[in-house]
Amino acid sequence: MSSSDGTYQLTVNGEQRTVDSSWIGESLLYVLRERLGLPGAKNACEQGECGSCSVLVDGVLVCSCLELAAAAVGTDIVTVEGVGELSPVDDTGLTDVQRAFVTEGAVQCGFCTPGLIVAVHDLLDRNPEPSTSEMREALAGNLCRCTGYGRIEAAVEQVVEVRRG
Amino acid sequence: MSVTMPTTVEATLEALADTPEAMVLAGGTDAMVEVNYEHRRPTSVVSLRRVEELRTWSVEDGVVRLGAAVPYTEIERRLVVEAPALAQASRTVGSPQIRNTGTVGGNLATGSPAGDTIPVLAALDAVVEIASVRGRREVGVEELIVGVKRTTLADDELIVAIRFPVASGPQEFLKIGPRNAMVISIATCALVVDGAEQAVRCALGSVSPAPLRCRDAEAFLAEQVVWNGPVPRVDDPRTVETFGAMVGAAASPIDDHRSTADYRRHGVTVMARRALTRAVAS
Repeated sequence: MSSSDGTYQLTVNGEQRTVDSSWIGESLLYVLRERLGLPGAKNACEQGECGSCSVLVDGVLVCSCLELAAAAVGTDIVTVEGVGELSPVDDTGLTDVQRAFVTEGAVQCGFCTPGLIVAVHDLLDRNPEPSTSEMREALAGNLCRCTGYGRIEAAVEQVVEVRRG
Repeated sequence: MSVTMPTTVEATLEALADTPEAMVLAGGTDAMVEVNYEHRRPTSVVSLRRVEELRTWSVEDGVVRLGAAVPYTEIERRLVVEAPALAQASRTVGSPQIRNTGTVGGNLATGSPAGDTIPVLAALDAVVEIASVRGRREVGVEELIVGVKRTTLADDELIVAIRFPVASGPQEFLKIGPRNAMVISIATCALVVDGAEQAVRCALGSVSPAPLRCRDAEAFLAEQVVWNGPVPRVDDPRTVETFGAMVGAAASPIDDHRSTADYRRHGVTVMARRALTRAVAS
């Protein structure tokens, strides 16, 4: 399969979206934000260091800045706008992970939050009861310069508790 | 302007023969940084995403054959027994996001002195399988990477797989960086005890332009160790000191924005001593 005129289709949050007149080298992050109106994934380092652009591609946590959008054709992409597909939402439209970030004060400036929300969903889907060191290793690719991570760990622990029931 | 997404190695090689200027895209963790920072403006791309053969690994007759596009995450989770040093090195690469897509084939093709898996593959005496429509060839990592990000890969060639023996003794990988997670190494050291061949091999990263095997230190060690099963014994404690000093002497580090030559040389000396102490009986 090959794309030559800069027009292709992506499956984002369960919807078929058309990208047209794009330049071949555009990252998935750029296409999500600038062409598809999905600004949840944040653009900071553009080199995979900060994790603020984290999304799922075929269920795998990746930095969308390092994915070539035109080569993501045929994959299933989930952004922070679509985490409601991964987990039930409450009457305000938030998943348990998003709710825990709010109630535990894990959000300050909020720039890293979308990437962390996706990363925490991914972590708890794979490992429902992570130890502290497993949690830290799993979230090591998401930089937060405000919280010092303590409130983020508390939010993850809250989700673990609630899901344990 | 095109993005080609072949599904077989054959079709990939044909695509590269048709468009030798194409950017080969495996995990994208190096290639996309170059694109994002406008160091590279590809006119065509060959994506390896759908080439299943490159994304699988096998263990047969005591040999691991690792597809070039197997992500680090898979290696760190599934090859701990067969390739402990490679699994450990994989676990220290970047972040979980990077390890989910980054590949050993990409590490080799980029050929950075700081490539974390490169010293491990050098110490394993790994064989790199390279293919093009013109044929196949096999090289060691020292023949593949000949300078800072300089390889002997032709434009139409693809790294297909990496082969090395299943671990037959202890293996160590040590890495120095400013923090535990997500660092580009200041220096690395890989040590492989090959119980089958009764040999100990050592290689370094981030202290030379190209992969560096410490052959003088290995030869010294071969005279000192006593083999009695898969784990050799070191009787004289001065052996470890001398081995570390010889590994340090083998390094040719530089001062740069990550560290100094002096610290790197000191670091590999300490890591070599530590790796040997952990790997052998005394």
